[in-house]
This record gives sequence, C-alpha cells and structure tokens, in this order.
Amino acid sequence: MTHSSALVTPMDPATTTPSTPASTQDARAAATAPQSAISMRGLNAWYGTNQVLHALDLEIAARQVCAFIGPSGCGKSTLLRWINRMNDTIPGARADGTLSLHGIDLLDRALDVVDLRRRVGMVFQKPNPFPKSIFDNVAFGPRLHRVYTRTDLEELVEQSLRASALWNEVKDRLDSSALGLSGGQQQRLCIARAVAIGPEMLLMDEPCSALDPRSTASIEELIRELRASYTIVIVTHNMQQASRVSDSTAFFYEGRLIESGATDILFTNPKNRQTEDYVTGRFG
Amino acid sequence: MIAVAARTAAEIAQRGRPCSLRVRTLIEGSIKYLLWSLTFLSVATTAVIIAVLASETYGFFTTTDHPEISLWTFFCGTEWSPLLGAEPMFGVLPLVAGTLLVTTIAGVVALPIGLMTAIYLSEYATARRRTLLKAVLEILAGVPTVVYGFFALTFITPYLLQPFSSAFGTYNAMSAGIAVGIMILPIVCSLSEDALRAVPQSLRDGAYALGSTKFDVSAKVVVPAALSGIVAAFLLALTRAIGETMIVALAAGGLAQLTANPTAQVQTMTAYMVQIFLGDAPAAGIEYKSSYAVAFTLFLITFFLTWIGAIVLRRYREEYE
Repeated sequence: MTHSSALVTPMDPATTTPSTPASTQDARAAATAPQSAISMRGLNAWYGTNQVLHALDLEIAARQVCAFIGPSGCGKSTLLRWINRMNDTIPGARADGTLSLHGIDLLDRALDVVDLRRRVGMVFQKPNPFPKSIFDNVAFGPRLHRVYTRTDLEELVEQSLRASALWNEVKDRLDSSALGLSGGQQQRLCIARAVAIGPEMLLMDEPCSALDPRSTASIEELIRELRASYTIVIVTHNMQQASRVSDSTAFFYEGRLIESGATDILFTNPKNRQTEDYVTGRFG
Repeated sequence: MIAVAARTAAEIAQRGRPCSLRVRTLIEGSIKYLLWSLTFLSVATTAVIIAVLASETYGFFTTTDHPEISLWTFFCGTEWSPLLGAEPMFGVLPLVAGTLLVTTIAGVVALPIGLMTAIYLSEYATARRRTLLKAVLEILAGVPTVVYGFFALTFITPYLLQPFSSAFGTYNAMSAGIAVGIMILPIVCSLSEDALRAVPQSLRDGAYALGSTKFDVSAKVVVPAALSGIVAAFLLALTRAIGETMIVALAAGGLAQLTANPTAQVQTMTAYMVQIFLGDAPAAGIEYKSSYAVAFTLFLITFFLTWIGAIVLRRYREEYE
C-alpha cells in the first residue's frame, strides 16, 4: 500500500524519529491526556488478507468520550471490535502491534475475553434487545457472571435502568417483552444491559443511526451523563453528534488515523486538510 | 465508436417483431388459468380423500350387521380384535396406544439428538463441516422407510435390544420406535437448524458483548429465541412419526395390545391398515370398513398436530417482524 505523505500525521511513527524510545512517547501521551484507558501503538489489523487498519497510534483517555469519525469502511468499527475482541467471532480476523486497556494486552490470544467483555460493554448500531422481558434483558449479563438474590438483582436492574434514563418509562412493565419498546427505548435498554455488568468502558457503534432525532437527542444526553462514570468510545457518522457528545475525536480514513485530538480543536482548527474537508462536509 | 454502437443497438431493437396486445392478454390469461387449475387439482384431491374417508367411516358406524359398533365403543373400547374370535371387537384404543408408544420412543430418540445436532450445526460447526454434515443428513432423509424397518427387525432387535434384555421379542415397540426416531431425526434437525439460523446475528453479538461464552449464547439466547420454531419442528416430526407405516408394519408386530411396555409387540393404526389392505379381509366386510374409521382417526390426530404446529410457527414469525 502506498499513500501520499499528506496523510502522515504527527501521531504516525513515520514522522517520529526512529530512535525515539517508546517510553518517551508514552510520557508525552501521559502528559497531554489525563489518564489513558486504551493505548495503541502500531496497530495493524486484517480480515483475511485484506489489511483494514494501518499502524494506528492513539491514546483514549479514561472517563471521557472519544468519538471515532470517518467515511464508511475506514476501519473505525473494526478498531472498536478489537477493543472488546468481538472480532474473535469473525474467522480470518487478526491484528498485530500493541493494543492495551490499562496495561492489559488486548491482542493476547490467551486473554480471558469473557472477563474483558465484562469490563468493556458494547452498544450496537441497531438496537438488539433479546426476545425476553425488559427485566430479563437487563439481568442477562449479571446472571451470567454471578449468582444474585432476587432483591439484589431487582435493585441492580432498577439502577441500570435509571442510569440509562429508561426507568420511569418501563418501571410498571418490567415483565413485558422488550420487543414492545420503541427503537429509542430499545437502545437505552441495550445501554442499561451493558451498564448492568459494571463495566469501566462502553463502546458504542453508531448507537443512534437507526433512531429518529428525538430518540437520538435522548441517547446523546445519556452519553453526556454516563461519561462521569465510564470511558466511552462512540463511532458516529454524524459530525454534529461527534462535536456535541465527545471530548476528543479521532478521524480515520482508509484504515489510517489521520488526526486526533480535543474535539473542539479538531472541529474548529484541524491540522490536516483531509480532516478539514471531512468535518466540514466537503467529502464523505 | 460509442455512437456507432448505440445506433446498432437501436437498429436491432427495432428489428424485432411487435407483440400485439391481444396476444399478450391471451397468453397472460391462459397462464393464469393453467396455474389456477393445477392449484384446484391439488385442493380437490385432498377434498376427495377426506370425503371418501368420511363417507366410509360413516358407513362403518351405521352398519346394521354389528349393532355393538358405536362411536362410544370405537373411541373408548379397549379391545381391538377384528379378525380373531367369533365376536370381533372394534375398540380403537389399543391401536392408538400402539401408535403413541412408538411415537413416544421415536420422540425420545429423535428430539434431543436432533436439537443438539441442530445446535452444533448452527452455532458450533465451521461452514465446511456444516455443509458436509448436512449432506450426510440429507442422505439419511432419503433412505426409503422400508429399509429402516428392515434395519429395526434384523439389526436393532437382535443386536442392540435382545442382548440387553431377553424380554424383547422378535417384534417389539422399542425397535420400531428407535427406527422411526432415526427416520425423523433429519426432519427435527433440519427444521430446528432453520429456526436457530433465523435468529439474527445481532442477538448473538449482543450476548457475546455481555461476556457470554459460546454455550451461554446458544443455550440462553439462540435456543430461547428460536423456541417456537423448534417446537413447530418437533410437532411436524412427530406428525411424520405418527403416520409412519412401513417401519412399524415390519418391526412392531401385528398384535393390537393396550400396553405401554416397549418390549411387547404392538400394532399401530397404520400397521392395521396395511394388514387389511394387503388382503387379510374381504373388501366389503366390516373389517375393511373399520380401517377407514381408523384412517379417519389418524387423520384427525395428525391434522390436529399440524394445526398446532402452524399456530406455533405463526407466533414465531411474528417475533422478528
């Protein structure tokens, strides 16, 4: 793969001098970001022989919202699915380089992915509640990992539903099917379901793309509330959404990280021409 | 060059013969009529079969030669001996019991194994292995049932059952039940697998993302989500088992007994009909008519099961719409 040097960003290893030790980079990153939850160095990923991520270097700060933006097929969802190892379910998916969560190597073949996914929750593009009751949807994750008393479980379900701002709408019908909820409610239920296992991080893959503007607004409000307790990574195609909900933004193009940084700076004063074109809607 | 090609295409398009509206209407009309008559043919055939069954059954119950025959003695009678003894008895319960015994054994054999196989194929097997195994199952589905009957009589009974217990006779309900179970296995398996694979991938992803293991995903999400489809598969397979004839005629025996003992020989409803129509009874006799009454009873049972299956299946379709 050849690419123009215009694509090279300050984060790209090509621009850093080869002699720079990794520890210096780490120190620099630690100085600029409060505390890194996710850190990646030279991350490459493939589906079969098709390389979809190229030498990514990125730090994602803890207890902040990080938005991944970029045109379809740029690899942002793939990256998200490597963070909780959902790519394990896809035959032929592999990666190298470094990807870690609080120092835990996420690319380790021997990693306990069940434990990882308990720490890193995920919300999908299309709401995917199980065809079970609202209660059983939220209780699904907790029941997998521990045995609870009925009272504890009820309390956990209530708190999770409150955290996802759904409690008041469903408290009288916890036993009715989750499929009877509206799309926006279903998505908030999926967030409650992810929150119920007590993760430290939430991955959201275009969580509003299947929702109407009102539901989108309620989810965005929820994301802003959740950032107090969770590290959130959100993939979105909606520039306004990225600028509304995120603290930092990473712009991807054709599997490469083009630019990343604080959201207000990246949107108002991007360093890279391509980023500027994308965020202003000139392409993508 | 492009202009030349376009002109050529336009010329060719003009060259074809025009198709008149009259001809088109005629063709369309006759196609519709042809399809309608073929549909009518299959519906009419079914209707005629039911009518013949019903009228012969009516004839059986209204016969004047045997005053003891009534709906009550037929459906509640516990003795079925139409060909033996001076006084023929027409109580259908022993035949129903024989059918249910064989069907139950078949269900015990086929339903768990079929469902487990379906779960393996749908959730665990690689695409390659699934293709291979499904081909093998299709072969199993293509074996003529008489072969299964033969297999039950000459292999299952002498080599699997009799070494296990001397109570098993040459003809017994167990061997027939096992063979019927093997016969319906591909039906259970393939219909359940369809139901499992119809569960959207997004539900599996959702469960994995919550930290489920593969078994959690299969047992707690996929199977419950496909449950109505699985139940419908079970009912359709059991309907097939109830109507199965060749295996039971060969392996289950010919003695109608009201028993739940799998080592005993039993006669099923279908096996009785085979016995009658293969020439054991004169064509105008009451025994001959009795087989229509049995057939009608069988029809009612399978109709009922199919109906339940259809209701369950409809519920399952609604779940994802």
